[in-house]
Amino acid sequence: MGNSALFIAVFLACAVEAVEATTIVLAAGTARDWRSAATGTGIALAVLVVIVAVLGPAVSDIPLRGLRLFVGALLLVFGLQWLRKAILRASGHKALHDEDKIFATQLSAAGERPRRQVGLVPDWYGFTLSFKGVLLEGLEVVFIVLTFGSNQHDVGLAAVAAVAAIAVVAAVGAAVRAPLSRVPENTLKFVVGIMLTGFGTFWGAEGAGAHWPGSDAALLVLIPAIAVLALALTAIMRRNAGRQRPAAVTGMPAAPLNTGAAAEGGRSA
Amino acid sequence: MTRRLRAFAAFWYDFVIGDDWLVAAGVAAGLALTYALSRTVVPAWWLLPVLLVLLLPLSLWRATRRH
Repeated sequence: MGNSALFIAVFLACAVEAVEATTIVLAAGTARDWRSAATGTGIALAVLVVIVAVLGPAVSDIPLRGLRLFVGALLLVFGLQWLRKAILRASGHKALHDEDKIFATQLSAAGERPRRQVGLVPDWYGFTLSFKGVLLEGLEVVFIVLTFGSNQHDVGLAAVAAVAAIAVVAAVGAAVRAPLSRVPENTLKFVVGIMLTGFGTFWGAEGAGAHWPGSDAALLVLIPAIAVLALALTAIMRRNAGRQRPAAVTGMPAAPLNTGAAAEGGRSA
Repeated sequence: MTRRLRAFAAFWYDFVIGDDWLVAAGVAAGLALTYALSRTVVPAWWLLPVLLVLLLPLSLWRATRRH
């Protein structure tokens, strides 16, 4: 796996998490108080930095084979769950992830709570909402950075990719101050699900003692093969959904894959 | 205290296992079989890809049957 592949995989996966965190922070800032939302975000980021500083060296000390087995198993489970949801959404069996709708729900819930000042924080609810959102989505970013980075002996590059993804998403979010609904999040998650499953399969098998034909080059076959499998399953399920439950009845139209609103996965979504 | 422990366990179950326990169980079984096969003279790399081809459609079928 080259440096550019590591960068792209981490960047895309972290961009997805950043979009979700940004939606929550924007809702907290818009409905409650920008200063409290920003404070919650800042403190959550500081906690995440501490977690990386503590766990980073510890993860790097684990023998590579054990690390690949553990990380491969987790990535494979995560990737399959992401893909599963992505295919269900793309085929119309599950409603598409909608940042506008999530933003509206968060906004409505946030608007109902009374304002309460705690210490230097003007609005405690806005603070905790953004703190929890950034911390939970950030934990997934930390996991991605540490697992991908330590497996490739380049946690630094993985961290740069993650920071770049977060910076891009946060800058766009700050500029528009609205949910990032135009980001093709569902498509991104479909792609990330394929990548997580591919790397999970590769590292998991290596960690369990298998040797891939062609070594790292096997990824160049494995990832496209998983993509073909996922697209084929989406097509089959979409056809079956069309036969069994017309979109007009379910209210969940199947997203056309070629328009960028394909699918979505991710347990946090 | 019990409630918090239960919530903590539920968070990690949701984070790691997710919506379908069969996926996690299948992955664990696949890795164990890969390890067992790697101790023999038979190549073991093909086992996880085959598992994927079986596990993903099975999990999808279970999800659609549930809805």
